[in-house]
Formats: sequence, structure tokens, C-alpha cells
Amino acid sequence: MAQTNSTHGRKARPLSPHLQIWRWGPAMFTSIMHRVSGNGLAVVGLGLLLCWLGTLVSGADAYAKFQAQASSWYGMVVLVGVSWAFFNHLCSGVRHFILDIGAGFEVKSNNTFSILTNVLGVVFTIAFWAIILLR
Amino acid sequence: MGNGTSIGRVRGLGSSHHGAHHWLLQRFTAVGNLVLTAWFAVSLVLLPDYSYGTLRDWFAHPVPATGVALLIVCTFWHARLGMQIMIEDYVHESGSKFAAMAALNLVVFGAVAFGLFCVARLALGAA
Repeated sequence: MAQTNSTHGRKARPLSPHLQIWRWGPAMFTSIMHRVSGNGLAVVGLGLLLCWLGTLVSGADAYAKFQAQASSWYGMVVLVGVSWAFFNHLCSGVRHFILDIGAGFEVKSNNTFSILTNVLGVVFTIAFWAIILLR
Repeated sequence: MGNGTSIGRVRGLGSSHHGAHHWLLQRFTAVGNLVLTAWFAVSLVLLPDYSYGTLRDWFAHPVPATGVALLIVCTFWHARLGMQIMIEDYVHESGSKFAAMAALNLVVFGAVAFGLFCVARLALGAA
């Protein structure tokens, strides 16, 4: 509510400091990635889900066009990106549940969990595609 | 917005005891997503291929059709709640915020309707 501070002739209230003022830590990075992957999934991931369903309903020809786009190099970039966003958001989401019960706020365990969620997100993505492509 | 009484100055500006409800719904839908997306990811991995025939057969079964229908409702609900927070954090001007929230709600309701229609069509044949 930055604009209300000056308009009513009241004394300017202190604003919360933003990103650039903090010393970087794993929790900050994980929080930002949680938001990025979540909103990425909401826009690209769910959009892709609807395209997949829509072309599947529209018939074999429409679905063949979807498959052609999805299996191209840029299609694979999007699919791998969406799957990474999914596994990353899943892992950092589970971290949020752990924080919600009041656990994992000590500096050491918080840093460990923060790094772990990002590493696991990448590991699960690689495992998922390894199973699909190598079977 | 009023400018006299203290209640007039704060009315409409912030928490009116809706925050906890939003927070809880985000957790409930997150639990739903955890179950449904795990089921969906495992189902995708277990499918022999992603050809048209295989997927039409898969959707013709009651459990996949029900699961994907629930997945659509739960993930879009969760996404709506999450994107609302993003809008509230980054869009400060009240007119733009109202427009962004209205657009978000329209898109989400339209998308869910489309997704559920597709699943119904796939489940009940007629294509």
C-alpha cells in the first residue's frame, strides 16, 4: 500500500525491505523457485494439460499434430521444463508442510532442507525421464 | 473509503478474517494435488505408449476419467489461490488488481469447464 502513505498527509510508514537488501541464503532461493515453478505450472503446465485433452477429444488428426509439436526439440524443452517445475514445486511444497508444523526453522536444518528440495526436484525430473525414455 | 472513524479508514484495505480460510484451502488443495498428481505421474509412466488409441482406451475406464477430472478441479483451484497471492504481491494499484483478479477468475473457471467437458467426452465416447 505504498501509495496510501503519502496521499493522506500522514507520516510515511516504513516499508518492508526487498530482495536486494538481504544476504542471500538457501531459504530465499527455495522460496523464489517455489513461486516461479508454481506460477510456471499454473500457466504453462495447466495450459499444456488442456491442449493435450482438447486435441485428444478432437480426434486422431488433431492429436497427431499435438504429438508432432510435443516431440520436437522445443516441445521436449517445454515438457522437461514443466516436469522439473512440477517436481521442484512438489518438493518445496512438502517443505512448506514441514515448516507449517513448526519444524525445520533452525538455521542448519533449514539450509539443509532448502538445498535438498532443489536437488531432489532435479533428481526426480531426471529419474522420471529416464524411466520413460529408457524402458 | 471513509476518512473519519478508524474503522472507516481500514475497511476494505486488509484482513477481514478471510486470510486463514485462503491459507487452509491452499493446504487442502495441496494435499489433494500431492495424491492426484502422484497417481497421474505414475499412470503416465506405466502407460505402454502415448498413442491416440492407447490414451482413448485409458480415458474410457472409470478410474482414469474420475482421477483426471478431480486433478483438473484440484490443480486449477490451487493455481487460482497461488496466482491470487502473486497478484496481491505485485499489483499494487487497486484498479489493476481488480482487473487482474477478475481475469484470473474468468480464465480459471473457463479452463476448468473446458477440461471437465473434455474428460466427460473422452469417458463417455462419442468422438
